[in-house]
Amino acid sequence: MKMAPRRAARPRAGGSTYDIAVIGAGVTGAAIARRLSAYKVSVVLLEKECDVSFGVSKANSGIIHGGFHYSAATTLKGRLEVLGNLMFDRLQKELHFPFRRCGILVAAFSVEEMKTVQELYSRGMENQIIGLELAGRDRILALEPKLNPDVVGGLYAPGGGVIEPYRFVFSLIENAQANGVELRTGFRVAEARREAGAGDRSASSRWALVSQQGEQIRARTVINAAGLYADEVSRLFGAEEFRIVPRKGEEFLLDRNARGLPEKVIFPVPDPRSKGILVIPTVEGTCMLGPTAFEQEDKEDLSTSRENFETIFAAARRLVPTLSERDIITSFAGLRPSVEGQDFLIAVSEKAPGLVQAAGIQSPGLTAAPAIADYVKDLVKKTGLALEEKADWNPSLPLVPRVRELSPFEADDLVRENPAYGEIVCRCESISEAEIVAAIRRGHTTMDGIKFYTRAQMGRCQGGFCTYKILKILQRETGMSLDQVTKRGGASRLLHGEVGRDPVAPGGGRTKLEAEA
Amino acid sequence: MTERRYDTVVLGGGSAGLAAALEVAERGYSVAVLEREHELGGILNQCIHNGFGLHRFEEDLTGPEYAERFIERVESHPGIELFLDTTALEAGVDGTPVVYGYSRRHGILQIRSKAVVLAMGCRERNRGNIGIPGTRPAGVYTAGLAQRLINIDGIVPGRRAVVVGSGDIGLIMARRLSWVGTEVLGVVEIQPYPSGLTRNIVQCLNDFAIPLHLSHVVAEIYGKDRVEGVRVAPVQDGRPDEARSFRLDCDTILLSVGLIPDNEISKKMGVELNPETGGAIVDAGRMSSVPGVFACGNVLHVHDLVDWVTEEAETCGASVASYLEGTYSQVQRQVVPGANVKYVVPNRYFPEAENRLYLRSLVVKNQAELVVTLNGEQVKRRRLAHVQPSEMVSLTLGPDDLPPAAGAQEPRLEVSIR
Repeated sequence: MKMAPRRAARPRAGGSTYDIAVIGAGVTGAAIARRLSAYKVSVVLLEKECDVSFGVSKANSGIIHGGFHYSAATTLKGRLEVLGNLMFDRLQKELHFPFRRCGILVAAFSVEEMKTVQELYSRGMENQIIGLELAGRDRILALEPKLNPDVVGGLYAPGGGVIEPYRFVFSLIENAQANGVELRTGFRVAEARREAGAGDRSASSRWALVSQQGEQIRARTVINAAGLYADEVSRLFGAEEFRIVPRKGEEFLLDRNARGLPEKVIFPVPDPRSKGILVIPTVEGTCMLGPTAFEQEDKEDLSTSRENFETIFAAARRLVPTLSERDIITSFAGLRPSVEGQDFLIAVSEKAPGLVQAAGIQSPGLTAAPAIADYVKDLVKKTGLALEEKADWNPSLPLVPRVRELSPFEADDLVRENPAYGEIVCRCESISEAEIVAAIRRGHTTMDGIKFYTRAQMGRCQGGFCTYKILKILQRETGMSLDQVTKRGGASRLLHGEVGRDPVAPGGGRTKLEAEA
Repeated sequence: MTERRYDTVVLGGGSAGLAAALEVAERGYSVAVLEREHELGGILNQCIHNGFGLHRFEEDLTGPEYAERFIERVESHPGIELFLDTTALEAGVDGTPVVYGYSRRHGILQIRSKAVVLAMGCRERNRGNIGIPGTRPAGVYTAGLAQRLINIDGIVPGRRAVVVGSGDIGLIMARRLSWVGTEVLGVVEIQPYPSGLTRNIVQCLNDFAIPLHLSHVVAEIYGKDRVEGVRVAPVQDGRPDEARSFRLDCDTILLSVGLIPDNEISKKMGVELNPETGGAIVDAGRMSSVPGVFACGNVLHVHDLVDWVTEEAETCGASVASYLEGTYSQVQRQVVPGANVKYVVPNRYFPEAENRLYLRSLVVKNQAELVVTLNGEQVKRRRLAHVQPSEMVSLTLGPDDLPPAAGAQEPRLEVSIR
């Protein structure tokens, strides 16, 4: 079976019209689209990249925060973090993404640091966080025996946890799509034009959004959840002027088989600039160290550096001395989209009618995402759009089986139904061919898309053994030639071409003719 | 779930698994071989260059030709059952070893056996393991993956390549890339000496005028979508010297920066590993810390020649058979690495039989000497014209070399390079 075409056919002149367009298919846009899918409105989710969760959300630390870093009384992000945290148990039951409340610790190494911990505790209590406790040295070491024994005490937030951020985004979007939301990837909004409605009544006025390729859609209400590019999108609408400053965070990932990994997320005592470098046992059993926090101009620079490697390891070993650089699988960097003032900027635009801003969503944006969606839903009502609940809204996705989560006995039943579950493609993470095919048929047709959707290539060999197998499956399922396959869309082509396609001069290198051409 | 029972299960149908399976089967025991690929032969199938079998067969064979010599015998042996396209994903010991093989054809096979031979080979170290800074574009491959793509799938990864690390696969691939029309701008090696065999330096780099940058590292990778270049820096006092660094414009990076025995299944069975080799700690017959679980080939320690893998696997297969027979000798003594020796495999020897020991030097040296001492007294010495970490040294040790053990204390046999 060939996969269904990912992108809808190029719209007829004029394009489709929706009640709401959400710009940006990261966690914020995904949560908003899913929330709005519960109402009798037509929604389109626009994403400039070739797949969803390819921006800020893919390099997230994957923490569901504990509600003690920010005040819920004085900051919007503090309030939405506290509300969002409480929504994850139900969301997980409905959408089945990997999530675990493993608990969060803040470890203090001096009396001065303990004072800051006291402040965090007071803030958490004001925020009415359940189960928060101050821990002395013995208590904190009992909670997490891998902690550096030099610890003097700290804070314990049992409601904090870890999540696989991209799987959360995928499941939100799949559920939104199941409830009628349309997804358009590869749609980079290049122009926004206000069009007057019939009879010049402002109630039927709408926005025409034109993509870089000239495709066009129309929407009455637009939500700007464009992450790093929210400032540029706002400008397209002639709306509020603000500047998104990317703040880079580098992270290292350690093998699940590494010795001495902790079970709880461990924070150092924060400084005014950031929450510091953490040790994060991921929900999938690996361990992440980081992130750094450096502001930069470039919104695309995701490079990592040697100096930061040393900084991260030194900081992480101060928390958990048993961590070893021998266990590194990979490193990567993400960019946080911060705005001036560092709070979330979520509001109905005062300049552009029908535009809702959801910008500056940096940490704790992942935790807050479901609450942001609720908040934005209320703001959408304020733009004049009536939101009437659908009687048949289905909040749940079917549970999709994964070989890695099954016992051999359970897996055997699955293979009888679909033999492709017996074909193991990624041995490090135990991913079957059936799961790769499912990802491709869901539209994830790049190597990174497949990686984030299935975890294949994410383990200790980093694709060394499964890349060629995935290439073959992609070729079979989509009809792509191997040299069309990309890592993450655009110019990120993986391979050059067939052996023997280019003329070869004796001794290798280019032929004289080709060199002159 | 389908259940099967065999005397022995061999995990992996590459050079080690094939030789071990034959050795066990020829002594009359039933053997199941689990191979995750569609063909037997393992990595040999993608090694289409020659140079295999010079010791074993005194012939110059390609990888597939070398493999074929064993595959033909394994396929026609009535005592060996083959499970291709079957991945051993789960394993444990429940009185006797239990292995779960996953495949499209059989679903999940539960295989119980009296003995298991671990022969899963190794995996390549990758970018994350050596922490090359920079961007994360397409075009970064491990050398073995590139070799597979070119030699089996017929696909060229790029037009202009830099090879990082001078391991044998990297050197072979530098030549292979040249042959398919990809320009190789250089090989960058962090050590002051090559980590591959000397013959490969000559035949794969020198013959193609490919520069070898010793004591250099790739300090940064450039390129947003696809690799656009690398910055190469000399190593000064253990750190990259940025001032003397230079850029090479390439679209492809091949990593040949070492191999790691792939022991995930071994860990699930509770096998104790040697941090120095990354493989199991084994006794004189290549039995691991788990009774009935043996190991040989690159999953035990990384070899540089397949001929030694075969030799080791046959030793292992023979001792599996004696284990099944009930004649496995428990009379064994410890052997440990001494001066300038990174490791010795196996970690014990039979004092009453002939033993083959493999070791790796920590030093590069001409006119070296291999010295074996027992409780501090020299019992054997051998001249070695040249030693370096990349070239494995083997040693035969028999009862004639060893004086009868005296006293109650465990004798300490130490192998050193001086």
